[in-house]
Amino acid sequence: MRDVYIIGAGTTKFGELWDSSLRELASEAGLKALMDAGIYAEDIDALYGANTSGGQFVDQEQVAALIADYSGISELNIPSIRIEAGSASGGAALLQAFLAVKSGQYETVAVGGVEKMTDVPSEVANEIIGGSLDAEWETFFGATEASLAAMVAKRHEYDTGVKREDYAQFPVIAHKHGSMNETSHFRNVIKIEDVLKAPFVSEPLTVFDTAPISDGASALIISADKKKIKNAEHPLRIKSSTAANDFLSLHDRKSIDRFGAVRKSTKSALELAGLEVGKVDVFEIHDSYSIAGLIQMEEILGKEAIRMTRDGEFYYNSSHPVNVSGGLKAHGNPLGASGVYQAVEAVLQLRGNAGTRQVKNAENIMIHNMGGLGTTSVTSIIGVD
Amino acid sequence: MSSIVSYGSYIPRYRIRSEEIAKEWGENPENIKNGLLIYSKSVPGPDEDVLTISAEAAKNALRRSSIDKKTIGAIYVGSESHPYAVKPTSSILVEALGLPYDIHSADYEFACKAGTAAMQNVMGMVDSGMIENGIAIGSDTSQGAPGDALEYSASAGGTAIIIGKEGFADINRTYSFTTDTPDFWRREGEKYPSHGGRFTGEPAYFKHVITAAKRMMEMQSTKPEDYDYAVFHQPNGKFPTRAAKMLGFKDEQVKDGLLTPYIGNTYSSSMIIGLSAILDKAKSGDRILAVAFGSGAGSDAFDITVNDRIKNLRRENSPGVMEQVNRPIWLDYATYVKFRGKIIMRGA
Repeated sequence: MRDVYIIGAGTTKFGELWDSSLRELASEAGLKALMDAGIYAEDIDALYGANTSGGQFVDQEQVAALIADYSGISELNIPSIRIEAGSASGGAALLQAFLAVKSGQYETVAVGGVEKMTDVPSEVANEIIGGSLDAEWETFFGATEASLAAMVAKRHEYDTGVKREDYAQFPVIAHKHGSMNETSHFRNVIKIEDVLKAPFVSEPLTVFDTAPISDGASALIISADKKKIKNAEHPLRIKSSTAANDFLSLHDRKSIDRFGAVRKSTKSALELAGLEVGKVDVFEIHDSYSIAGLIQMEEILGKEAIRMTRDGEFYYNSSHPVNVSGGLKAHGNPLGASGVYQAVEAVLQLRGNAGTRQVKNAENIMIHNMGGLGTTSVTSIIGVD
Repeated sequence: MSSIVSYGSYIPRYRIRSEEIAKEWGENPENIKNGLLIYSKSVPGPDEDVLTISAEAAKNALRRSSIDKKTIGAIYVGSESHPYAVKPTSSILVEALGLPYDIHSADYEFACKAGTAAMQNVMGMVDSGMIENGIAIGSDTSQGAPGDALEYSASAGGTAIIIGKEGFADINRTYSFTTDTPDFWRREGEKYPSHGGRFTGEPAYFKHVITAAKRMMEMQSTKPEDYDYAVFHQPNGKFPTRAAKMLGFKDEQVKDGLLTPYIGNTYSSSMIIGLSAILDKAKSGDRILAVAFGSGAGSDAFDITVNDRIKNLRRENSPGVMEQVNRPIWLDYATYVKFRGKIIMRGA
C-alpha cells in the first residue's frame, strides 16, 4: 500500500484563551496547517475534526461542519466528519484520516482537533471530562476521572513498589520541556516539592499531577499525492497508526493499574512500522495524570521505565526523551486537540524546528493519545524516510 | 475642585476565621491563607444589613466634621446587597441620619465599585454647583454560597465619604475604565452569585485595575513613587498585592490600605474602606492613588492629595478602621450560618 505523509502542521497557542472562540481556534490552526503545506483549501478531499465535547462546553455539535464552514471550504461540499473518542479524539481522527488516504479513497485530507474548555467554570469542565467514564457504573456513584486516577496510583504503588516521588517526576519533566515551547499553556519550571505540596485533587494526586483545562486547536494536512508531497518543504511519513480499546469501566479490568489497550496499540504500531522500540527516539504520551504517564511508559518499555524515571532518562537531552512538547501537563490539554498537537510536535522535532527543546537526530517519534484511563489508546509513529 | 470633607467606616464586630470555614468543607486552610491571603472575614450580626451599616458609617463620617447637615444635597448608596430589591436604602438613610428632605438620593449597583460610582456622581454635582456637599456610601453584606471559594471572602462593612468644596483631601482627578466582561454576576431572584473562576483574574480584575491605574498616572504625569499610599480593590489579599507589584508600588505604600486579609472583601466598600484606613493616618501633603474594581466590569481611579485642612478634621470623634478591625468577636461556623440565614428555619 502507498505511503502517507504529513505535509503541513499548525497549532494555536494552548491555554486560557479568553478572547478566542471554538471556531476561531479551529480556523486559526487549520489555516496555519494549509499555509505550512503550501496548498489551498480547494486541494482538500475530506476533513476529520476531533472534538471531545463541544456540545457540553459551548453548546456546539457538528463541529467538523463548523470547522469546514469557518475555513471557507463548505462550498466544496467535501465530507467533514467529527471524530469523538474521549480525550483520544485527536489521535483517533489522525488514524481515520491516515486509513482514508492509505486506502486510496482520498488523496489529501485535513485533520483538525479543537476544544474550547474555559467558557464553563472549572467544576463544570471537570464534570464534562467525567463524561468519558461509565455514566452508570462510575460517575453515577460519584467517581471523577481524577478520583479513579488516584485509585490507580495507590494500587500501582501497592503492586509495584513505585513511590509517590517516582510518578511525581512526570509533571516536573513536562514543565521543564513546556518552558521551552512557546505555544505551551504553562512555561514555568517546577520542582518535585511543588508537585508533592500542591493542594490535593484526589489524594495522593495534587493539582500538579493533573493536566490543566485548556483551550486550543491543532491541525495537520496529510497526503499521498506525490506532487504535493514533493512540493512540501519537509514531508514526514506516518509509518503506522493504530488503536486498541479496553473495558470502559475500570472495575471490569483484570487489573486497574495495567493499561492493556496501551500495551496492544503501541506494540502493533511498532510492528506495522517495522520498528523495534529501541528505534523510537522520542515518545509523546498522554500524561493527563502523572501516574498515567508512568504506567504508559511501563507498557511501552517495561518495568525498566520506573528506573528510567528515577534516573532522569526521560528529559529531552537524555536517552529516552518523553513529552518534549511539555506534554498535556505543561503544553496543555484541550481534549480534542491534544492528540493532534502530539503529531504537530513530532513534525517540529523531525524537521529540526523545535528550538531549545530540540532532540538531536530524531528519526522516529511515537505519539500515544489516550481516552479515559487507558480505555482508548491510539498510537502513531511518525518518522523520516 | 471637589474634595473629601469627611469620611467614616463601619465594620461589624463578628468575624470567622478561614480555618473554621475550611474545616467544614474538608479544605486545607493553608491554601486559603497562603493562596488567597485571607485569614478571617467580618460577618454582619443578625440585626445588621446594608442600611444599618451605611447609617453607622455615615454617622462616623458626620461626627468628624463640623458641616451643617442642611448643606448636604445628595446621598447615594452603592451596594449589591440592598435590603430591598425595590425600595431605596438611600431614602431610609435620609430619615435615619436626619438629613434635609430636599435632597437627591438613589441606590447604585455596579458590583464592587458602586460606592466609587456614587463618589464620582457627588463630585460632578459639587463641581457643577448643583449641591454644596453630598454623601457617597459603599456598603455590603455580600453573599457567598456555602462551600464556594467566595465563602472565605464575602464579608460585610461600609464606608461613607462626604464630598464638598472645602474638604481636607483634594480629588485631583477621577477616571473610569469600563468593558463588558462577565466575570461575576447574580441574576434576579438568585440567592448566591456565580463567578467565572479563573476568568475573574487576568481578563477581569487585573486588566481593569492595571489599565485604570496606568491611565490615571499617564494623565497626571505621575509615577508610583509620587504616591505615599496606593489602595486597590481587594477581593482577596493576593490580587491587590500582585496588582501593586505589577504597577511598581512597594509594600509600604499599600500595606495600610490592605484590609481584606483580616476582614474579607466588603465589596462596595472594599477599596474605600482601605482608603478610609489610609485617611486615618494621612497627613497634609500625602498623595494617594485609589483604584476600585467592579465585576462586569469596570474600574474607577482617584488621584487624591491631602491638604492642610486635615488639621480641622476631628478624626478622633469616630473609631478608625484599625480600631474596628482589632475588636473581633469570633464565631464558629454554626453561629455564622445562623447569622447569615443559611439554615432553613420553621416558617421561613
